[in-house]
Amino acid sequence: MPWCFFVTVTSMVVGLYWGLFIAPEDYQMGSAYRIIFVHVPSSYMSIFCYGFMAVASAVGIIWKHPLADQSARAAAPIGAIFTVLALFTGSLWGKPMWGTYWIWDARLTSELVLLFLYFGYMAVWGAIDDRAKAARVAAIVALVGAVNLPIIKFSVDWWNTLHQPASIMKSGGASIHPDMLWPLLICIVAFNFYFVTVLLVRIESQIINRQIRGLQIRMVEEKDDG
Amino acid sequence: MANTRAGKRKTKRFYLLLTSMTILLLAVGLVLTALQDSISLFLDPSDLAESNLSDGQRVRLGGLVVEESFFKDEDGLTYRFDITDGNETVKVIYKGSLPDLFREGQGVVVEGEINNSGPFFATEVLAKHDENYMPKEVIESLKKRGVFQYSDGEENI
Repeated sequence: MPWCFFVTVTSMVVGLYWGLFIAPEDYQMGSAYRIIFVHVPSSYMSIFCYGFMAVASAVGIIWKHPLADQSARAAAPIGAIFTVLALFTGSLWGKPMWGTYWIWDARLTSELVLLFLYFGYMAVWGAIDDRAKAARVAAIVALVGAVNLPIIKFSVDWWNTLHQPASIMKSGGASIHPDMLWPLLICIVAFNFYFVTVLLVRIESQIINRQIRGLQIRMVEEKDDG
Repeated sequence: MANTRAGKRKTKRFYLLLTSMTILLLAVGLVLTALQDSISLFLDPSDLAESNLSDGQRVRLGGLVVEESFFKDEDGLTYRFDITDGNETVKVIYKGSLPDLFREGQGVVVEGEINNSGPFFATEVLAKHDENYMPKEVIESLKKRGVFQYSDGEENI
């Protein structure tokens, strides 16, 4: 875990410094495009994190392994934060470039739906006391919601949108100049490691919480006996 | 694994999950295909020409601003430009402020009411950005060598 933390901090510092100070200006947007170094990694992570939750939930349903459910549960708030960050930075970027903070196009709307899916998933865990039952219902929410992931990714290809099509993951190679692409890729790596680091901490704390609860119940029972 | 009772249940759960996800995907796919037109943000000039929309209906129209079609009226607030999708061209008149990225050759989305008898009066103009990011210096050297061209239009609209 300290190793993950180290990689996160290093790549974050290198990626952001490179992106914000060294990378050249864009020919159309000048320095304003630099928000891409936060916007794209957080958007990517908002999808990746939900995908992780969906896979963990499927494992939880099929093999009934509690660690799978706990991993999915621990990932949800991290993904929700990434989604908020993606929507927020996108909105800040949209105003000067497009001329609007928000538009109900397919990409923006499906990303907003993703945020509500995260909220719904977390609400299920909060609302149901019985852990096994909560895990099952939450896993179904995660899996049903996963249908939204390809919609977000391909929304810009399937429909007319204001949002531009993919720049990195597309056929024919990335359409970002290498001088801008490299720091962006480092930022994406940094966000990934951030996710892993926080996820591990969260899973650990959930397990410890569970043990504390178990001990407390035992203590009360022993008191009753004595 | 599949021989034990627990193993059988796992296999059953796996197939149940696979089937339900497939059905769900198909259902959502069908709904989205059916809603195709209403999900799209804007019409192309060609769509507009084919459609039988009546005057006064609000629509969004998207296309590239035609090179050398952009004019500013004497009042300094009213802009005139043509937008095209390669086949059809629509004349647009707009009074208001334009976004930073607005320029000839660039994709735009304009919102306004259908006017079958004349130009399209836009109440809002949004600029589209394409998926290309390039340093200024690279563009300048490409321009010097005469090989630079703005987005080719067809793909980005």
